Amino acid sequence: MTPRPPAIRTKAETALAESFEQNRATMPGGDALRGQRARAFDVFHERGLPHRRIEAWHYTDLRNLMREAYPITQGAPAAAPASGLRIIIRDGVCTLPTGAPPAGLKLTTLRDALAGASDALIHALFPDQGADDAMVAFNAAMARDGVLIEIAPGAVIDEVIELDVTASGDAPHGDISRSLVLVGEGARASILESHAAPPKVQRNSAMIFAVGAGASLAHVFETCADSPELHVSTLIADVGKDARFESFAFVSAGEVLRRQGFVRGSGEGAKIALRGVNLLKAKQHADTTLVVDHAVPHGESRELFKTILDGEASCVFQGKVVVRPHAQKTDGGMKSQAILLSDDAAMYNKPELEIFADDVVCGHGATVGQLDADQIFYLMARGLPRAQAEGMIIEGFAREALEFVGNEAIRERLGAGLADWLARRAS
Amino acid sequence: MLDITDLHANIDGKEILKGLSLHVKAGEVAAIMGPNGSGKSTLSYVVAGRAGYDVTSGSIMLNGEDILAMEANERAAKGIFLAFQYPLEIPGVTTMTFLKAAMNAQRKQRGEEELTTPDFIKRVRAAADKLGVSQDMLRRPLNVGFSGGEKKRMEVLQMVLLEPKIAILDETDSGLDIDALRIVAEGVNALRSPDRAFLVITHYQRLLEYIVPDSVHVQSAGRIVKSGDKELAHELEKNGYRDYVADAA
Repeated sequence: MTPRPPAIRTKAETALAESFEQNRATMPGGDALRGQRARAFDVFHERGLPHRRIEAWHYTDLRNLMREAYPITQGAPAAAPASGLRIIIRDGVCTLPTGAPPAGLKLTTLRDALAGASDALIHALFPDQGADDAMVAFNAAMARDGVLIEIAPGAVIDEVIELDVTASGDAPHGDISRSLVLVGEGARASILESHAAPPKVQRNSAMIFAVGAGASLAHVFETCADSPELHVSTLIADVGKDARFESFAFVSAGEVLRRQGFVRGSGEGAKIALRGVNLLKAKQHADTTLVVDHAVPHGESRELFKTILDGEASCVFQGKVVVRPHAQKTDGGMKSQAILLSDDAAMYNKPELEIFADDVVCGHGATVGQLDADQIFYLMARGLPRAQAEGMIIEGFAREALEFVGNEAIRERLGAGLADWLARRAS
Repeated sequence: MLDITDLHANIDGKEILKGLSLHVKAGEVAAIMGPNGSGKSTLSYVVAGRAGYDVTSGSIMLNGEDILAMEANERAAKGIFLAFQYPLEIPGVTTMTFLKAAMNAQRKQRGEEELTTPDFIKRVRAAADKLGVSQDMLRRPLNVGFSGGEKKRMEVLQMVLLEPKIAILDETDSGLDIDALRIVAEGVNALRSPDRAFLVITHYQRLLEYIVPDSVHVQSAGRIVKSGDKELAHELEKNGYRDYVADAA
């Protein structure tokens, strides 16, 4: 066990605890849910904000980074998007699109879903994975709203389900949301989760996925040009038999972003792929901490993260793959590669394998380097000015991960975002 | 066309080129031969403008213009092409993307119009067919997973498309089987013209059976120590470099 933090209550921790006390009476949901929230809050209260002595948070010391907790506010619902399959969560309040969703897809605001929540729904919404993490626990205690996305067994939703998480107003504030995606057996869907915010926003968001047997879900997480100042984003997924879960993260904005993933292959033959691109500059900090848990045989997992760091930016990749004693024939591969464009940038790579089965194939690789002078010369000798040569090498490096985004429109949009980031760097 | 005069160049404080002079005329194919460690690759890098080399004295003129202060890309736009001994792999960048960027970057620096996409594709197709470069290779990331022969053919394809004034071939024959060597040589020979020069750097005489040179120069210990016609290559094949190594020492 990691050592317990000393029982110091920082100003931010005290403020967060007070906000729970202020809100608990008006939270949606019945007694079962109230009990669930109280237990979650106890976890947070006992642990406080994660800090450097908590191993999983070693490189992202929230106690230090979150000196002040902004008041957590609920805004008025946003105007409903008139067209498309777009869900808006603004200031922690969900708004559904007005149009009827395609057959097989059901959308409910979480606040409505919680009003008469069954035990099964509560169980799905508050899984054990990551439950002892203080920030996951705080999210569980405080989230009032979000979206419940239910995809019927066998349904194929071609249109991308867009989830825009945003905030309003210039006053510093915090927002919290939790969303649940239930993918029925054999169903197929894709979700684009975009995060935007005015400058002074602290966000704690959680996405929980339960992917049924034989189903396939593709998830893309992206930061928009204006993103929260501090964002803890949690992804929890349970992947069933022969199901496929893919999540791709495109991170280029925000000051401090902690993405944590708790993904379990609970059915035989589950396939998990977690990939992403981080483009960071100035004093940006992005942390990707993953736990991939192979609980049963014949699982497959792939992680691939490509990071480009400029200025004084820092990035963390912690990837843990756990193979349980019975999870024979697990096939795991994890890779984190970073290019540092500046002497002041820092990359922290910590791949971990915990293998308790004897017949598995698991590998990991982590590299950190600078741009290759030979490659630059090669391209310059063909006529490309230095900035263009460097840009081409960086773009190619990132595209190796981007290629895995299955949806062409999203892939092209992220590719344009990459080109735009490079152009701004060169100018 | 290319006039190198009393060139001295260091890398990491060590002098590699020690007063090298070489003059290549328009339309000429000049071969440079020499033992390992004589600075042949360094010569090609210094002419192409690789960073890290310190030219302490001497000059390199291209058509009367001093190129020493120019960046590698400026030299390329002026018409210098280096076919690499070990072409670099550029992951994630398709060959077509790279070719278009290179051709247009040079045109832009020369103040010419960029190529339209149909014009570009037409040029690439025509050149690729002649060199046996497949469509698949053009779609793959540049040089990634290419065999040695494929990489060299890709170098020649780039040379054909970029239409240089002077092309430097640095050990282009290394690692090639006889069929690949023939394809590469045919590609070079097809480009020979009265207003284009070649500098063919090779360790062996074999390549010069296919690309017949107008002049042959022996480089040893950072200098040209002997010049002659194509017969000199045959003589070297027979007697080796020992006479010249001794001379230089």
